[in-house]
Amino acid sequence: MTKNEYTHIEETLYQEKLDNGLTVFLLPRPQMSKTYAIFSTNYGSIDRTFVPIGKSEKITVPDGIAHFLEHKLFEKKDRDVFADFGKQGASANAYTSFTKTAYLFSATANIEENVKTLLDFVQDPYFSEESVEKEKGIIGQEIKMYDDQPDWQSFMGTLKTLFKKTPVNIDIAGTIDSISEITKDDLYTCYHTFYHPENMTFFIAGNFDPNKMLSLIKANQSAKTFEKLEEIQRDYPEEPSEVAKQEDKIVMPVSVAKCTVGIKESTQELEGEKFVKKDLLQDMILTFYFSKSGQFYEELYREKMIDSSFYFETNLEKNFGYSILGGNSDNPDQFVEKIKSLLLSTNTLEISEEEFDRMKRKKIGQLLRSMNSLENIASKYIHYHTVGVDFFELIPVIQSLTVKDANEFLKEWISEDRLAVCKVVAE
Amino acid sequence: MVMIQEEVKQLQGLNLHLIPNEKFKTVNIVVKFKSPLNRDTITKRALLPYVLQQGPKEYPSRKDLQIALDNLYGAVLSIDGGKKGNHHILSFRLEVANEKFIPNESNIINEAVRLLNEVIFHPNISNNSFQEEIFNREKETLRQKIKSIIDDKMKYANMRLIDEMCEGEVYQTHVSGYEEDLDNISASDLYDYYTTLLKEDQVDVYVLGDVSTTEIEETIATNFKRETIENEKIVAEKEKIKNQKSPKEVIDKQNVQQAKLHIGYRTNVQYQDENYPALQVFNGILGGFPSSKLFINVREKNSLAYYASSRLESHKGLLLVFSGIAPKDYDKARDIMQQQMTSMKDGQITEEELNETKELIINQLLETLDHPQGIIEMLYQQVIAQANLSPDQLIEKIKNVKLEEVIEVGKQIEEDTIYLLTSEGGSSND
Repeated sequence: MTKNEYTHIEETLYQEKLDNGLTVFLLPRPQMSKTYAIFSTNYGSIDRTFVPIGKSEKITVPDGIAHFLEHKLFEKKDRDVFADFGKQGASANAYTSFTKTAYLFSATANIEENVKTLLDFVQDPYFSEESVEKEKGIIGQEIKMYDDQPDWQSFMGTLKTLFKKTPVNIDIAGTIDSISEITKDDLYTCYHTFYHPENMTFFIAGNFDPNKMLSLIKANQSAKTFEKLEEIQRDYPEEPSEVAKQEDKIVMPVSVAKCTVGIKESTQELEGEKFVKKDLLQDMILTFYFSKSGQFYEELYREKMIDSSFYFETNLEKNFGYSILGGNSDNPDQFVEKIKSLLLSTNTLEISEEEFDRMKRKKIGQLLRSMNSLENIASKYIHYHTVGVDFFELIPVIQSLTVKDANEFLKEWISEDRLAVCKVVAE
Repeated sequence: MVMIQEEVKQLQGLNLHLIPNEKFKTVNIVVKFKSPLNRDTITKRALLPYVLQQGPKEYPSRKDLQIALDNLYGAVLSIDGGKKGNHHILSFRLEVANEKFIPNESNIINEAVRLLNEVIFHPNISNNSFQEEIFNREKETLRQKIKSIIDDKMKYANMRLIDEMCEGEVYQTHVSGYEEDLDNISASDLYDYYTTLLKEDQVDVYVLGDVSTTEIEETIATNFKRETIENEKIVAEKEKIKNQKSPKEVIDKQNVQQAKLHIGYRTNVQYQDENYPALQVFNGILGGFPSSKLFINVREKNSLAYYASSRLESHKGLLLVFSGIAPKDYDKARDIMQQQMTSMKDGQITEEELNETKELIINQLLETLDHPQGIIEMLYQQVIAQANLSPDQLIEKIKNVKLEEVIEVGKQIEEDTIYLLTSEGGSSND
């Protein structure tokens, strides 16, 4: 077990890679009442084409299967795992993203029991024809709920305009049609390939003793056997740097139109220093111009192009990255033209020393704030760990960034062929 | 046991609540203004957060204010209004990085308090009026917000349920205000009301974080100078609730894929009441958790819904049940949901369910106490309810709730209104 002390943020993190390949992180926080644990696999909705474990030919599985699998793992032959956690005073949950599936609980008592339950239920699948059929009804309702949510439709719509091949252009939950094709055998195939300990991370934070906890996890894992796993062969299609479609329109009942401008930030595989620099600057620069202290925000506000619904978000993953700016607008055409022209003007702009100092302060404060939440620390730590970056070292990295880095980034940030527009309108 | 220490001090015109705590990397300062909920002032109180967030006199635009916040290591300011029973609470919240994590900085917290004081007590006005341009702009922002409630179907259905259920009661008042009132409010009216609010509301200030209490008390005392010397306790008047003989059913139709079925019950129990802990347990068994009766029976056993849960409005005495269902399943889902309630009232609760739910509730309360805003909101419940029930005491009481008490409190619960938002073609009672 290695122990890392991060004195600048008063955190101590323990780490170990177990014999079966599982990576374990332990973050004691004795002042907290609760403990939060997350068991995460490096498998999400974009992993639809791959070579199954023990096979040599690649296959493509129905869309929505990672999410379907997440639902089904909670159901065992004789019981529902939610109830097990319930009996032990824990609240459990799970989520599926483009790149990860994660199972988690938080509890203030019976921590050891709950840790065992979490490890065991994820590592003991039970899928039957009957339960797979039943789940199609529940997930069908979930998909329909998303169909009624303009914000989700706008988000997915934007990703569809940005990406031509990368499967972030497919809904995480799939469609009613795609999930109807899912069989018990598909679930087992995906499960055995992607839920191998070698492909998984266990992160626990909160009120516990790290030595005892690690022994418990080790004992639990060494009692189980797994097939040998060579590196998983995943097939991500080549993605062009330009957008799939410059503009798209979605018609659904909304009282005010919702518009977005998407930026296709990355199509290359990124890791380590390259990743972290891009990740930080992409976020800091977008925030600098479009948050409420930004010159672009002020201009948009002054010209009445935006209201309080205006938002922006940015995301960088190992294989893709995007930013989205959006909001409600009575005049979608004007809105998107204005945002595009502001973005296109950035390669003529320059950030000053003073401004960059402020950007760094803001980002540092944001990170400290985010570390109030154990949930956030755990998921961010895993996210960055996947790309070879230490989340707890981000503050020193920010401090080391220079205004020159920022201005170089700004020069290359935007090009017209990497911008796309999506409008959600009533007719 | 939980070790949330709260020290309350009376300063000039305000109660200061100091909560020293080492859990967090930030310091949270929250200032709460409390007043009776009222249809005549609600639109103004809904509008104020928007206008005040555009910056005080010293930083007279949103951009200037935000630059000041960014310089304070990305401090986060938010202003919001909410209803708690028959009260309206306007909250100013500022969260700032604790300077002990930042080399060579020792004035961040002082500066944050000073800035918050500017935002609250020195707004951007001229001639006893908010700035016309900002005011008109924010009026439109609020108008848009009111109009867009209908786009969030869950929220909309909840609002409609309360509209129908609490017709003629103070609690019916829409917390976002009313579009028809907006046109009749001028920039000077709003400022006029704001000066009244600053004078007459009950003010409670919370400071939470790893800071020296003596230093922070000094900082608050020197910065926050309220004209009002006394901090009058504000208590909303008690009102009589109409007696409804049988539950009413309301069906709205819209272009939706998924129907929302929400049911409102009167609990006849409020936060300060002796049997409130038993009611919390009742609600937990019914629909507070994924292991609760509603979730298990409506979703897991019958695949009728994606979500099915219940929650309490503790300061009003309501229990609300929510579900999202296919329009055709209305009758079936409603019957199953009602059955869960009836069976609980009939005493069909096991010791196992009781103990499990108690643990889940305690877990949830303890988790709330791991969030800075959660701690403050939980402590503030006592101010709202005018009751001394600290988090530790509440947890202790939940532990001691007995099965008979849960069944007993259940007998007091009355079904009031069934609300369904369904698709235009969707079946209702056919």
